Amino acid sequence: MTIKQISVFMENKPGTMSKVTDALGNSGIDVRAASLADTQDFGILRMIVSDTDKAVKALAEAGYVASVCDVFAAEVPDRPGAMTELMKKVAETGLNLEYMYAFVSPETKDAYIVFRIKDIESAEKALSEKGIKLIGNAK
Amino acid sequence: MKAPKTHNIYNPEAECMPREQLRELQSKRLAETVKREYENVPVYRERMDAKGIKPGDIKSVDDLKYLPFTNKTDLRDEFPFGLLAVPKREIVRIQGSSGTTGKPIVSGYTENDVEVWTEMVARALVAAGGTADDIIQVCYGYGLFTGGLGAHQGATRIGAMTVPMSSGNTQRQILMMKELGSTMLCCTPSYATYLGETIREMGLDPKKDIRLKSGVFGAEPWTEEMRQRLEQLLDIDACDIYGLTEIAGPGVAFECLEKRGMHVNEDHVIAEIIDPVTEEQLPYGCSGELVFTTITKEGMPMLRYRTHDICKLDATPCACGRTTVRMGRITGRTDDMLVIRGVNVFPSQIESVLVSVKGVAPFYQLVVDRVHSTDSIEVQVELDEKMFSDTVADFEKIRNEIGEKIKSVVGISAKVTLVGAKTLPRSEGKAKRVIDNRKL
Repeated sequence: MTIKQISVFMENKPGTMSKVTDALGNSGIDVRAASLADTQDFGILRMIVSDTDKAVKALAEAGYVASVCDVFAAEVPDRPGAMTELMKKVAETGLNLEYMYAFVSPETKDAYIVFRIKDIESAEKALSEKGIKLIGNAK
Repeated sequence: MKAPKTHNIYNPEAECMPREQLRELQSKRLAETVKREYENVPVYRERMDAKGIKPGDIKSVDDLKYLPFTNKTDLRDEFPFGLLAVPKREIVRIQGSSGTTGKPIVSGYTENDVEVWTEMVARALVAAGGTADDIIQVCYGYGLFTGGLGAHQGATRIGAMTVPMSSGNTQRQILMMKELGSTMLCCTPSYATYLGETIREMGLDPKKDIRLKSGVFGAEPWTEEMRQRLEQLLDIDACDIYGLTEIAGPGVAFECLEKRGMHVNEDHVIAEIIDPVTEEQLPYGCSGELVFTTITKEGMPMLRYRTHDICKLDATPCACGRTTVRMGRITGRTDDMLVIRGVNVFPSQIESVLVSVKGVAPFYQLVVDRVHSTDSIEVQVELDEKMFSDTVADFEKIRNEIGEKIKSVVGISAKVTLVGAKTLPRSEGKAKRVIDNRKL
């Protein structure tokens, strides 16, 4: 099971982020999780949002090209050691993590680890064999 | 939609003349022109006298190399009427450059000059597949700039339905294009690309909603890759056209549907290639500065006018049947040349690098600066809209590839900055691609 993530190329200039969040906010889109990868000249904003298609449209109207890709989101208990348990299992599959970020849900009190592995299909199989609990967009 | 490839020729007698016969005609017309220039234009007389040349010495095209050059500065110095070879009352038209810096330049046309120019454009439009059945949308600016009126006159001459839109107002351009069913387009290649992008953004399908079959694009240099992109974007044949106010306007040279260089209207002008530094004439096939001599122009004839455009000439036969020499793409300008840390850099070289890199669009801006007496160049490149990635590594890869290619092609290290799709300024006239912030 995978979830949809939006990535936006952003020039490293003051005010860029607020233009992007403005476009999303005005369209009534809730940002569930976000992470900003930065280099000297540009950044990539990655987000999990409430309505992916609507968000892509809103961003396009604001002049930003957004790409959508599948990432994994694993549910783990919010307690010390939970993340390393997950990471050990991922390591055992021999797969490489491209990037990762995490958030905690105030309702379920669980933590969610969002991560990207290039070969989705074989990764999905390997992760489920290791008993990793993956969630979908609905959650 | 592209039409089947045809090779219609507007004036076969002139355009397909055997080269020997053409040379005789050129020689005769050159001798007459030089005589008129010597008798009527003081600057030309003084320069010829200084070189010890009398009009009678110029008997054929071979003697061209003895004649003095004319430069853009001459048109400024003699502004507005100093280079006229006829009384002012014979002039029926003035065209000129926009003159954003200093004095503008103008050229005066007699009735016959307008006629010759009109036929040059008519030849170009026919070569691009134009007939009386076509609806030709002209979105060059109308006015002193030769683009609008030039295309207009040529389109009217071939009996096409001419739509004088002039430049700007893109939405309205597209609306008219759709409603009238325009079949041919005349504008700058960068504006045509912008029109194509906008058509798609408006949700229109160029294959269904737009009836364009071809376009004649000029007034700025472009590349083969830009042509392919434009042809795909609008589903058309895109032909190049070349011209300059000093000589006539658009139509001095034009491409046929073979798209293998622009046929020079050699019954009206003589084209030469020279070494821009030594000023020596170079043989066909060599890259150098393009020089034109008008041989039928009455109002303001030009003697060896230096265009500052760099290209090659090719006289090998063309499949279309025209015998005229073809000029290759303009690969640079002798005066656009940037000297960065002692290296000669042409913006066109940077462009040729960009079109070979996947993931970026051929829209760029060069920002040149000087910090602590060292020149720096930054190349800002737009990402292609279809470039999707969620990893920094992919973007870094594109950036490094551009940097390395620039280094190997141009020989300088440039800072490469990726910018979002469609964020660089689009111009409706000539694209402004170089920002030089150096204070010299």
